[in-house]
Amino acid sequence: MKPFAFERARDVDHALSLAASSPGARFLAGGTNILDLMKLEIEQPPRLIDVGRLPLAEISETASGGLRIGALATNTAVASDPRVRRRYPALARAILAGGSVQLRNKASVGGNLMQRTRCPYFMDAAKPCNKRLPGSGCSAMEGLSSTLALFGASEMCVAVSPSDMSVALAAFDAVAETVRADGSVQRRPVETLHRLPGEAPQVDTDLAPDELILAVELPPPPPGRQVWRKVRARASYTGAIASVAVAGDRVALGAVAARPWRARFTEAALADGASPAEAAGAELAHADGPESRKSLVRRLAADAIREAKEGAAS
Amino acid sequence: MSTVRDWAAPNPVTENRSGLIGKPVDRYEGRLKVTGTAAYAYEVETPAPPLYGHIVSSTLAKGRITAIDTSAAAAAPGVVLAWSHLNVPAQAARGTRLNPRSQRASNPALESDRVEHYGQSVVFILADTPENARAAGGLVRITYAAEDADLDFLSSLDLAGPAPGEEDARVGDFEAGYSASEVTVDDTWFSPLQNHAQMEPCATTAWWEGDKVVVHTSIQMVKGGQHALAETLGIPSDRVRLFTRYIGGGFGGKGQAYDDLTLAALAARESGRPVRVAYTRQQMFQATIHRPAVQMRVRLGADRSGRLNAMALEAVTHCARNAPFVEHAASFARNLYAAPHRLTGHRLVLLDIPHAGAMRAPGEAPGMLSLECAMDELAEKLGLDPIELRIRNEPEVDPDNAKPFSVRQLVRCMQEGAQQFGWSRRHPTPGAVRDGRWYVGMGMATAIRGNFLLPAKAGLRLTGDGLATLTQGMTDIGTGTYTILAQITGETLGLPLDQVRVELGDSDMPPAPGSGGQFGAATAGSAAYETAMVMRRRLSELAAGDPRSPLYGEDPTLMDFANGNIVLGNRSESLAALASRAGPEGVYVEGGISPAADARDWSQHTYGAQFAEVGVDSVTGEVRLRRMFGVFAAGRILNAKLAKSQITGGMIWGVGAALTESNPVDPRFGSFLHQDLGGYLAPVHADIVNLDAVLLDEADDKANPMGIKGVGELGICGAGAAIANAVYNACGVRLRDYPLTPDKVLAALEAKGL
Ligand SMILES: Cc1cc2nc3c(=O)[nH]c(=O)nc-3n(C[C@H](O)[C@H](O)[C@H](O)COP(=O)(O)OP(=O)(O)OC[C@H]3O[C@@H](n4cnc5c(N)ncnc54)[C@H](O)[C@@H]3O)c2cc1C
Ligand code: SF4
Repeated sequence: MKPFAFERARDVDHALSLAASSPGARFLAGGTNILDLMKLEIEQPPRLIDVGRLPLAEISETASGGLRIGALATNTAVASDPRVRRRYPALARAILAGGSVQLRNKASVGGNLMQRTRCPYFMDAAKPCNKRLPGSGCSAMEGLSSTLALFGASEMCVAVSPSDMSVALAAFDAVAETVRADGSVQRRPVETLHRLPGEAPQVDTDLAPDELILAVELPPPPPGRQVWRKVRARASYTGAIASVAVAGDRVALGAVAARPWRARFTEAALADGASPAEAAGAELAHADGPESRKSLVRRLAADAIREAKEGAAS
Repeated sequence: MSTVRDWAAPNPVTENRSGLIGKPVDRYEGRLKVTGTAAYAYEVETPAPPLYGHIVSSTLAKGRITAIDTSAAAAAPGVVLAWSHLNVPAQAARGTRLNPRSQRASNPALESDRVEHYGQSVVFILADTPENARAAGGLVRITYAAEDADLDFLSSLDLAGPAPGEEDARVGDFEAGYSASEVTVDDTWFSPLQNHAQMEPCATTAWWEGDKVVVHTSIQMVKGGQHALAETLGIPSDRVRLFTRYIGGGFGGKGQAYDDLTLAALAARESGRPVRVAYTRQQMFQATIHRPAVQMRVRLGADRSGRLNAMALEAVTHCARNAPFVEHAASFARNLYAAPHRLTGHRLVLLDIPHAGAMRAPGEAPGMLSLECAMDELAEKLGLDPIELRIRNEPEVDPDNAKPFSVRQLVRCMQEGAQQFGWSRRHPTPGAVRDGRWYVGMGMATAIRGNFLLPAKAGLRLTGDGLATLTQGMTDIGTGTYTILAQITGETLGLPLDQVRVELGDSDMPPAPGSGGQFGAATAGSAAYETAMVMRRRLSELAAGDPRSPLYGEDPTLMDFANGNIVLGNRSESLAALASRAGPEGVYVEGGISPAADARDWSQHTYGAQFAEVGVDSVTGEVRLRRMFGVFAAGRILNAKLAKSQITGGMIWGVGAALTESNPVDPRFGSFLHQDLGGYLAPVHADIVNLDAVLLDEADDKANPMGIKGVGELGICGAGAAIANAVYNACGVRLRDYPLTPDKVLAALEAKGL
């Protein structure tokens, strides 16, 4: 770990002005991702701005009948909030499928959205990785990790976003509200908060360095049943091999792209009356990757859609 | 030298009059550990403020360091020194043994410009804080000249040669017997490279007192560590005092000393300050040993009644080119089933990857993953229940050497296990049971693991406060050694547990071989027992010869020990009074155990039967353990709670081996894919919802005076095979490539059109 300056933000403005005035600085929320990456010298910020004590943890009703979740609400707080559990059960389940209790107690909504990929070659500073060291190459492309992107990857990077929470948020059309040092406030759909790698996989999102997530807003849940499923080798405490969130007629896939992947082709097919299997296949027809992985995602999505339609678990 | 007949006589432990033996006493150090007050090697108090070392590891698999620049690191804040092979202090050449009685040879760190595996130590930084040391490590610049390396096991199988010093074990004529068999199985299994994944990384704190070095380190073998360091430093071993009091998991991975020990001692000498060095989590994977991958071909031939006619288990495994090790995956088969025609043996591929070595139940752990599934396949071909097939092949004497069994309750384990598990509810046809989207199935396998007794000593002091203190150069790697030694000592001396102290992990104490090979309890425990018996005799003689004792003049051989007293008829005296009259130091004795002259005349093993029920997700191929149950026979049980915890812990290792644990070598780099516990998937609580074990009543009077055997490794044996057999029973997919991860299961389901 490189030596770094540590500063605790007094308020949002203080956090933003510190960020604007120190290039390379990073916000620190729960620290469950950034600190690990700093120990491995994958992140080397000269300054950490601790936003963890800012009053941004509230969960409140919105005028439109949705929920506004402060960026510093812990994963545990969100997953155990009765309104979330009642109206957005797929979100509660997605969060509870992530990490461990200890991690969720520390992890924040903002940090979860902004966590970096867990591609093993990104996590190993000795290996070529375009996301970590632009131009060094992509070790995953011919590598041993199997959880690679099926959608939106590039020749430069095939990593996936590890966030489970964001998959459910994308299915709910959630929006992230951010603010910059100049006071400008932006609202970005969670679905497209992350960039696809393209030519610049080192840039995860369009957020400016001095841009702080204030909250995530959920519109009222769509009618219909909600389903969350996560495929993984062990029953807990590990990232998804693939995941799916279904909320009414909306379907989002996880661990298949650098962002939560709204399966628009699937949704369109469903609107046209396709069967769950056909609808899942419609999205996978646009996937790029090993057949076995496509097949897993197709089966998973189809079964989740079927469950959302029929109710009973098969 | 004693014989097993001497051991068979009743004794205080086997009589167990105060009931301490077998009692489910909590681990004495449990509270210390969970409250953070048990000081591990990295945390012990030092006589002066310490410095901190950090090791920089190679990012090359094989070749030479052509240039190394530590100038920026040496100039970084807080850095005291930066060593590479160019300036590390002199150490004895690798393999040197100044003292021929040393158990280990010299093992120098930063030895030369040669790199032999990825993750080898190449630079050492010493600084005022761990953070500064680690940050400076990041400033080191190294240029390597790479050489061709053999890194990929499966594509190097044609390089396999005989295991050194070994020949295949052949009985009868396997080929002829096999081809003449009515029913045959011939398949190949693969068990991947696995890591120990201990919670506590290897770590050392060292300082010098004159010409003597004091080290606290995390190692399973006290003498091994002491001797290795002495030889490396080129000093007599009595100038190394090694402590290892608490160990956060070993599993064989800490059976040897690593560079943290050597470099901490060297740096403490150089700096004149105490030094702490720990491996990072990432380094634990590549700088310490691992269980090598094993490819196993099993051929079974039987007649229609299920009697085995031919059995072969041929294992190919690997180790590092300059660190010989053989994972003896085939050996257990020799003692398990009889067949007139048999072939077992090992082949070895030398690779340029980190060192292979012993990991919990070396041999059996991967080996049983093949044979015990092959038996399941054979049973199906014969239309026999897997338990019935095994019973039909249960030998009368050890098939390997025709020796009688000391005791073998394998059939009883299977039968009791079947009953308690509900085996009769298993549907013999695969894929017949569904629960929602889950295929549900059951599987079983046997367990066998050897039992060993090694020479060991112990010291015992009784002081005027009535306290008995057992001292032994033994380790407790989290298994409960402290606690069982207290139980043995207390029972033998008739003392309650709160009057017994146990001190371990100090090279100045009477030596014991440490923890490994599930020999720890039997070996250290027998030494403790014998030492307590020496104490009984000494105290009896003291009483008989002391006019102030109420037992004065009586026959010492008739005296008994109970409730803190020495007793004869209606006369008695407290041990405290007796000890206080003996002087301020009380009474001190030493004793020990060595194997009986005729111990090897019997075949001695521990046995068990494993039962598993799994669900296989028909949509995704995920396998989840639903419940698991095992019945085991492992001699007299010293502590019901600790023994069960060892056994169930072993079973959980089997769950990992079957379903999740594997660390592939990336052939482009020679490194492991997973370098932390988020990536290397050992089972977590959610994987183990319902798992239990029962230990049968047993006493093995050929094993040692107490009739106890090891339990540390038995639980893992066969556990993974039971799960793989359950997966087959659930969905009809026979996977022979461990672990059975969702991708493999799903591909197999799809291949069946499911
Ligand atoms: C072993 C392990 C297993 C895990 N498994 C899972 C899993 O299965 N599923 C899953 O979804 N996650 C998993 N995680 C990830 C975990 O959920 C994230 O680490 C956590 O959500 C990050 O939140 P944090 O508050 O600790 O973020 P931090 O570590 O504090 O920050 C992470 C990043 O977000 C930035 N950031 C934080 N807050 C803001 C903000 N308000 N505005 C702008 N930027 C901000 C920081 O600058 C930093 O770059 C796992 C983590 C570990 C260590
Ligand atoms: S997939 Fe992306 S993160 Fe992974 S090694 Fe390639 S460039 Fe790096």
